[in-house]
Amino acid sequence: MSTAESGRARRWLILAGVAGALAVLAAFPLAVTDPAATSIAVFTLVFMVSTAAWNIFSGYSGYLALGHAVFFGSGGYAVALAARDWHFKGGWDVFALLPFGGLVAAAIAVPIGVIALRTRRHTFVVVTIAIFFIFQLAAFNLSFTGGTSGIELPIAPFPVATYNNPFYYVGLVILVMTIAMSWAVRRSRFGLQLLAIRDDEARARGLGVKTGRIKLAAFVLSAFPIGMVGGLYFYFLGQIFPQFAYDPLFDISLALMAFLGGIGTLVGPVLGAAVLEALQQYLTQSVSGSGTYLIVYGVLFLAVILLLPRGVVPTLTELVKSRRARAADSSTIEEPRDQAVRSVAGAIR
Amino acid sequence: MSFTSLLQAVIDGILTGGVYALMAAGLTLIFGVMNIINIAQGVMVVLGAYLSYALSVHLGIGLLPGLLLTVPAMFVLGVAIEFVFMRRLRESDRTGMSILVTFAVAIVIEGILTEIFGVDYVQLHAAYVDKSVYVFGFYLPYIYLIGFGLAVVLLIALYWLLYRTKFGRAVRASLQNRTAADLIGINVDRTRTISVGIGVAVTAVGGMVFGATNAFNPGSGYDLISRLLAIVILGGMGSIGGAMAAAVFMLVINDVVAVAWSPTWAPLVFFAALVIVLSFRPQGLFGSAAARAQ
Repeated sequence: MSTAESGRARRWLILAGVAGALAVLAAFPLAVTDPAATSIAVFTLVFMVSTAAWNIFSGYSGYLALGHAVFFGSGGYAVALAARDWHFKGGWDVFALLPFGGLVAAAIAVPIGVIALRTRRHTFVVVTIAIFFIFQLAAFNLSFTGGTSGIELPIAPFPVATYNNPFYYVGLVILVMTIAMSWAVRRSRFGLQLLAIRDDEARARGLGVKTGRIKLAAFVLSAFPIGMVGGLYFYFLGQIFPQFAYDPLFDISLALMAFLGGIGTLVGPVLGAAVLEALQQYLTQSVSGSGTYLIVYGVLFLAVILLLPRGVVPTLTELVKSRRARAADSSTIEEPRDQAVRSVAGAIR
Repeated sequence: MSFTSLLQAVIDGILTGGVYALMAAGLTLIFGVMNIINIAQGVMVVLGAYLSYALSVHLGIGLLPGLLLTVPAMFVLGVAIEFVFMRRLRESDRTGMSILVTFAVAIVIEGILTEIFGVDYVQLHAAYVDKSVYVFGFYLPYIYLIGFGLAVVLLIALYWLLYRTKFGRAVRASLQNRTAADLIGINVDRTRTISVGIGVAVTAVGGMVFGATNAFNPGSGYDLISRLLAIVILGGMGSIGGAMAAAVFMLVINDVVAVAWSPTWAPLVFFAALVIVLSFRPQGLFGSAAARAQ
């Protein structure tokens, strides 16, 4: 088989895979009508979107951000406050507010990014945590957030039996949008510049990448979908409280899910989120005692990190590659880690 | 608000700052030699507090003598964690992965503590915990003085260990350049293991004082780790002197704001100070620009 032919076959395979996955996801609430299962599915979608969006910044740039709950909570509050103050009735109209939640989150991301991105890698992690705590504290203590009693969102008049489905499908649309965005970034010159920053920031800058602007753009871009699903999540719950809106576990979960699936890959973080969030929900329901739950979760987590240190998707890809190489009886040459830097250099020349 | 209450706040800040300095020194030591951000440091402090609690409640061993047991126990825990988890992480993305691994360790420890002790808040008690001494118009609780004294003694011991012994030279060498340290015959792996052991062992002392001055439950570690991280970053990661200075600086600000404005907003100033300082000095107050800038 010639390379061009195998490339075309591969493209068709991927296309078929995407179509199949979409069909399965779209049919899920029709096949599984148990509300407990579909509500887990809604939560899982929220995390799939959030992790995919987080990956656009942290995965591609290599800057570990542990404060994206700020965008989740702020998007949620934006939608809740707007729905209350503009007298939304509840129903499909509130979904129209979700892009507004995303915009608010993105707007908040601009000053945060400007400040936090002055620092490099390790320090950046902690600065994002610090900013996260500032927001959490503000949400607890400012008057317009309703403090600990929170804000109620309008009740959606959906039929009880299929109440979860509208939330599910809106979540699915946002997921498709986010993955498409991630794919577009990954393929673009912008994405290459991000990867170059990840591989060697000093060199990327030397080659003419406007590192500051690129990082900020990715940071803001990653905030938008998270703000949207923040609104979706709290509309689904019917209420928003500071401790759920700005939850440190949300921050760390995104990183964990992305690492599990394969950080910096397109589908890895989404798969990681799907597996982990579903597992987490299942554990909460089936394991009695919060202590046991924590132990089981932590031990599983450690096992995965130690057995698959690079995440599921990269490990599997490597496995497939090495098998194919063996089948073709020719060794594949490892892609050099700084290939992105070279491509950028090529693009600039 | 009077001048006296303000001064009292400054004194309280310095005294508690000493204990935070000790806990932060452990964290920054681990980062310095291993490039590992130990998210579990907070829950380890809580574990140290629970060990003291179990010894005093069930075996009748006082808080101070109990340290003779809890400090070695925490040292062993640190060595074990380094041996099982930390050294397996690859050099290239070690810092990022370390956050996840140590977070998982923290979850497991928190789960075990929840199973054994439940989620109700407890506090350590002893004769010297609830009493104060009255000096020059200020009330100084004994436990704050004891904690500060212990912290100062241990920090001096740590300083001596790092700057006056052969082991300390080995630590500092592996901190500066692993390959070079390897080449001149330093057993870098062993040095790292012991350093992590020491970094974790100090949480036993920190935990005892923390548990005597605050009510705590298994989930108290999260609030603590965010503060400790802020201190370590502010001091410049890997700089032990910086961590000490930053701890006292932050706790004084924290306590003064609590008195002058409101206790609710004191933590805000804590994190805002961090963000502001880092906006002007991204390497922290005492970090050098070149070191660890990557």
